[in-house]
Amino acid sequence: MTRADAILEVDALERRFDVSAPWLNRMLENKPRRTLRAVDGVDFAIPRGRTLALVGESGCGKSTIAKLVTGLYPPSDGAIRFHGDRDRVQMIFQDPYASLNPRWRVGRIIAEPLRTLRPDTTDAEAEARVAELLGIVGLSPTDAAKYPHAFSGGQRQRISIARALAGEPEFLVCDEPTSALDVSVQAQVLNLMKRLQREFGLTYLFISHDLSVVRHMADEIAVMYLGRIVELQPTADLFANPLHPYTRMLLDTIPDLERPNRNRSPMRGEVPSPIAPPPGCSFHPRCPLANDRCRTERPSRQERVLSGRVACFAAEEGRT
Amino acid sequence: MTDTVLDVRDLRVEFPTRRGLLTALDGVSLSIRRGEILGVVGESGAGKSMTGMAILGLLEPPGRIAGGAIHLSGDRIDTLAEPAMEKVRGRRIGAIFQDPLTSLNPLFRVGDQLIETIRLHTELTREQAAERALGLLREVGIPAPEDRMNSYPHQFSGGMRQRVVIALALCAEPELIVADEPTTALDVSIQAQITALLRQLCTDRGTAVMLVTHDMGVIAETADRVAVMYAGRLVETGPVDDVVRRPQHPYTVGLMGSIPGLRRDVEELSMIPGSMPRLDAIPPGCAFNPRCDHAGPRCRREAPRVAGEGAACWLAMEGTTA
Repeated sequence: MTRADAILEVDALERRFDVSAPWLNRMLENKPRRTLRAVDGVDFAIPRGRTLALVGESGCGKSTIAKLVTGLYPPSDGAIRFHGDRDRVQMIFQDPYASLNPRWRVGRIIAEPLRTLRPDTTDAEAEARVAELLGIVGLSPTDAAKYPHAFSGGQRQRISIARALAGEPEFLVCDEPTSALDVSVQAQVLNLMKRLQREFGLTYLFISHDLSVVRHMADEIAVMYLGRIVELQPTADLFANPLHPYTRMLLDTIPDLERPNRNRSPMRGEVPSPIAPPPGCSFHPRCPLANDRCRTERPSRQERVLSGRVACFAAEEGRT
Repeated sequence: MTDTVLDVRDLRVEFPTRRGLLTALDGVSLSIRRGEILGVVGESGAGKSMTGMAILGLLEPPGRIAGGAIHLSGDRIDTLAEPAMEKVRGRRIGAIFQDPLTSLNPLFRVGDQLIETIRLHTELTREQAAERALGLLREVGIPAPEDRMNSYPHQFSGGMRQRVVIALALCAEPELIVADEPTTALDVSIQAQITALLRQLCTDRGTAVMLVTHDMGVIAETADRVAVMYAGRLVETGPVDDVVRRPQHPYTVGLMGSIPGLRRDVEELSMIPGSMPRLDAIPPGCAFNPRCDHAGPRCRREAPRVAGEGAACWLAMEGTTA
C-alpha cells in the first residue's frame, strides 16, 4: 500500500515477544517455548496533517504499535517507512505523573528535546523558546521555574505537549493522552491538540480505547483485535456503516449519552489470551456470524470494501 | 416513605490538619429507595468516593463526620460504634470497589471466601453456605460455578473477578450496595456486562444501589437518578434523563458539553475555564462561582443548597443572582 501524501507507512508489521518460562523450568519441567504475537501483520498509512486513530480493548496491541513507530521497540518483521525527518517524531504518554522527571524543573524538561535537536542553542534562546511554548499550551512563562509536582494532571499533560512541540515535530504519537484526565480537563487537552494540529500541520497517530474521543479527533479509524486491524475506515463511515462484527459490537456496547439504552445486550464472552489465539479469525468465538470457514481460515487484512477495508469473511460474502 | 433505604441529611465531613480544618463534604443530602440505582458523579476530588466511605463508616482518620445524619431503613448508622458498624457493613450494606483484587484474598479459594463471608453474617451451616455461594456465583454469571468455587482469584479475568466481588457483596442479602467505580478498570465490552448485571440484581432483589463513578455514560445507562458533586458539595440531583438532557446547574451544563458525543459533531468541545478548587481554597458562597459565567453578588456571598431534587444554583432556584 503506497500513498503519495503519506508521512508514515506501515507494512505487514509484526512484533513477537518471547513469554516462555525461564530456561531452567523449560529443561526440568519440559515447558514449551511460547510466543506472544502482540502485533500480527498490521498495515496502514497516515497522510500528512491528518489523524489516524487506533482503537481497541486492552491487550489488542495498540500501545505496542506506538512503541514500534517511535522506535522504542524494534519490529520483529515488516516495515515502517517514515517519509520525513526521523528526528521529528515525538510521543505523548498516558500517565502525566510518570512521564515527567520529578527532579527537573519544567523549563529543563521542555528544553531537553530542543537541546538534542539543536545542540548549539544558547541558554537565553532556550529560555525564550520555553516561555513561548508554555504560552502556546496555555501555561505561564513563570511556570518554567517550578517542578512537576506543583501541577495538576491536565497541566502536566500540557507540559508533555510543550515538550513534544520543542522537538519541532512533524509527527506525534499520542498513546491514550487523555485517559488519565477528568472529562472537563480532557476537553481542554483535546481542544489544544486540535488547535496545534491546525496551526503547525501536525500528523497524529492517536491511540485510545474511547470511541467518542476517537470520533472527535480522528480522520480515519483502525479497529484492532488481538494484534490485528480488523477494520479501517474514514471516521464518519465507520460510525455510519461499521463493517466488522466486532466494530458493530463495540459501537453497540458503549454507553450513549444522547440515546441511553438501558436494555442493550452486552457483548458475549471476553477477549481470548493473545498467547493462544483461536484459529481462523480470532474473533470467531464471540461472533454471531461465524461459520466453518471463519473457524479455520484466517481472513486477509486487505479485503477492500467501499472507502475502507475489513478483515471479515462475513462482510466479504455479504452474510448478515 | 417506607421504602427509603438510605437517607443522608446535611452530611458534613471534616479533616483536621496542621494547617487548619478542611471541609471535605458540606451539606450533602441524598436518598435511595428500594430497587433504585442512584448515580453519584463528579470529577476527581469532588467528594463522591468520600460520600460512599462515610456511609460505609470507613473514613480514614483523622477524617470524621462533623454534622448531619445517615439513616439506613430508618436506623441511624453514623453514630454507631465501630463493633456495631462492623455488623452493618457486609450484612446490611455491601461494598464493591474499583479494583476487585483489593476485595479478594489471593491466598484463599473463591468458594471458601464466599462461604466464610456468608457464615460470618448468617446462621447457616457450612453446607447451606456452600449451597448459597454456588447459587450466588451462578446468579452473577460465572460459567461452570461448581469448578470455579475451587479457583483462586488470580485464575479469574478482571471482569470475572468483579463478578465474584459482586457475589461477595450479595452474601448477606444487603439492603444497600455501595459500588465505587466498579467498571472503571474494565474494558467497554466487559463494563457493559457488569452494569447490566447490577441493574438486573437491583430489579430482581430490590437492592438499593449507590453507583459512584466519573463516567457520565455509565450513569446515563445504569442509574435511575443522579447526584452531581463538585468540591465536596451536591450541585444537582434529579432523574437521570432530566439531568443528562436538561442540566440546570452551570457546572453540569459545562460537564455535559465537555464530553465528546457519538452523534454530535463539534469542532471544539465546550470547556469550563480553570479547575476545581482544592479543599483549603474553596471560595465563599457557591463553590463554582469563580468559574461560572452567570455568577452574581449573591453567589459570592451565600452558598445555595438543594433540598431534594434540583440544582443548587441561585439562578436556577430564584431566577437571579443579584
